[in-house]
Amino acid sequence: MALLECKNLSLGYEGHVIVKDLNFSVNAGDYLCIVGENGSGKTTLMKTILGLTAPLSGSVTTGDGLKKNEIGYLPQQTLIQRDFPASVQEIVISGCQAHMGRRPFYGPAEKELAKKNMERMGLSGMADRCYRDLSGGQQQRVLLARALCATRKLLLMDEPVAGLDPKVTAEMYELIETLNRKDGITVIMISHDLGAALRYATHILHIGGKVFFGTREAYAASEAAGSLLREGSGGLLPERPAGKKKAGGKEVRNV
Amino acid sequence: MFEKLFEYLQFPFVRYALIVGVLVALCSSLFGVTLVLKRFSFIGDGLSHVAFGAMTVATILKMKNEMPLTLLLTILCAVLLLRAGQNAKIKGDAAVAMLSVAALALGYLLLNLFPTTSGNLAGDVCSTLFGSTSILTLSAAEVWMSVILSVIVVTLFILFYHKIFAVTFDESFAQATGTNAAAYNLLIAVVVAVIIVLAMNLVGSLLISALVIFPALSAMRVYRSFFSVTVCSAVLSVVCALLGLLTAIIAGTPVGSTIVAVDIAAFLIFSLIGKLKRR
Repeated sequence: MALLECKNLSLGYEGHVIVKDLNFSVNAGDYLCIVGENGSGKTTLMKTILGLTAPLSGSVTTGDGLKKNEIGYLPQQTLIQRDFPASVQEIVISGCQAHMGRRPFYGPAEKELAKKNMERMGLSGMADRCYRDLSGGQQQRVLLARALCATRKLLLMDEPVAGLDPKVTAEMYELIETLNRKDGITVIMISHDLGAALRYATHILHIGGKVFFGTREAYAASEAAGSLLREGSGGLLPERPAGKKKAGGKEVRNV
Repeated sequence: MFEKLFEYLQFPFVRYALIVGVLVALCSSLFGVTLVLKRFSFIGDGLSHVAFGAMTVATILKMKNEMPLTLLLTILCAVLLLRAGQNAKIKGDAAVAMLSVAALALGYLLLNLFPTTSGNLAGDVCSTLFGSTSILTLSAAEVWMSVILSVIVVTLFILFYHKIFAVTFDESFAQATGTNAAAYNLLIAVVVAVIIVLAMNLVGSLLISALVIFPALSAMRVYRSFFSVTVCSAVLSVVCALLGLLTAIIAGTPVGSTIVAVDIAAFLIFSLIGKLKRR
């Protein structure tokens, strides 16, 4: 059974339908990129998958025994967080919250997990730094480390590279790739960056206008891609970097 | 000066005022950090006006005890405001302002339409809003009630500290990863409403708003982690309340406004320290 299955999903608010009859499924180990124009309902779809918003109709079912506290989420930053007085450590460890049950305080296991994920995101030595004093890329890595504390099987990300410069963007994509390939975490990501989506994802979901769901190879050959692909990159399918091969050399577009 | 102070401390009402003032300052400052960060700085003012409106309704209905209705209505408004949160159609600050003004206006209107026995309408309203001397007329029972409630509030805060942080920093993340964010928001709303209704009766609505926002804002000037801000805010709030109370007793100034004045001074000092530290 699939990890996640969406059947006849319709999304929107107050009777205004944005997406109609959406069908797709995500299997364990997949790397799904959700692409589409602004306002096509990508974030609403993600919130529906997470159970934060109710769908107008249709259903989202989870399989493989996926529990809510095995999901990690990297949301877009909110206004409140920009000047929030909190240390990196405090934010990262708050990702462990869902596994705490009724215990009120963090134990050694949670502290160890937070430390491990801070190291993984290259944040070691910054545990006591204040979140609002960090650069955009560092803040994003803090939020990703927090998401990793929460995730066991599935990681959902809403534009993880928004507002990052090209170098940090490339690093971020590599990190996500490693999580997917090495740690076997299923990834669902919203992206504006079709080049990167075609490069890293195994599957693509295109919503708004023409709806498409399938493997990246099928997508690159399809019509739906045409509306988003720029001149020059149409039909050109970049090589998906295998294993540990560095993705550093190739350009990563940040739209 | 100290002789005068010791002389005053012989009176039970002075001791009661000190105990209750410190406890109210402690409880409100703990939840103040969360409220300020959630963009609900004005909720102290708003909810105390709601409580004022509710109290006038209770008075007109000639209820013997105004407390249950006041608490109920205030908790209801707090839940409506805080649970709706970021998804509400009317956003936090506007919703608080709207409720606050509406409750105040309707309460005053009702009092005018159905005059009660006391006859001193302006005086009643003034003492509700500014607290005037009510903190110096507390009974032993009221003091015990404040002590018990403060213990409950502080215990709840410590037990749910990490959850409160998670829900304050990022509600959607907490909800999405399996924390019952709605339940914790409800808890915060109820506790805040209880603190405000009690504190308003004891110290007046002017003081309670100040106690909610000033210590948290001052602490945020200097400290950069949630834990240090919370601790600093609690300590600062207690110290300011004590200083303000003692000054008010010795100098004979109004209690509420003196404490607020001390809080303002502390805020200015902390802003300065914050600026110097960042250099």
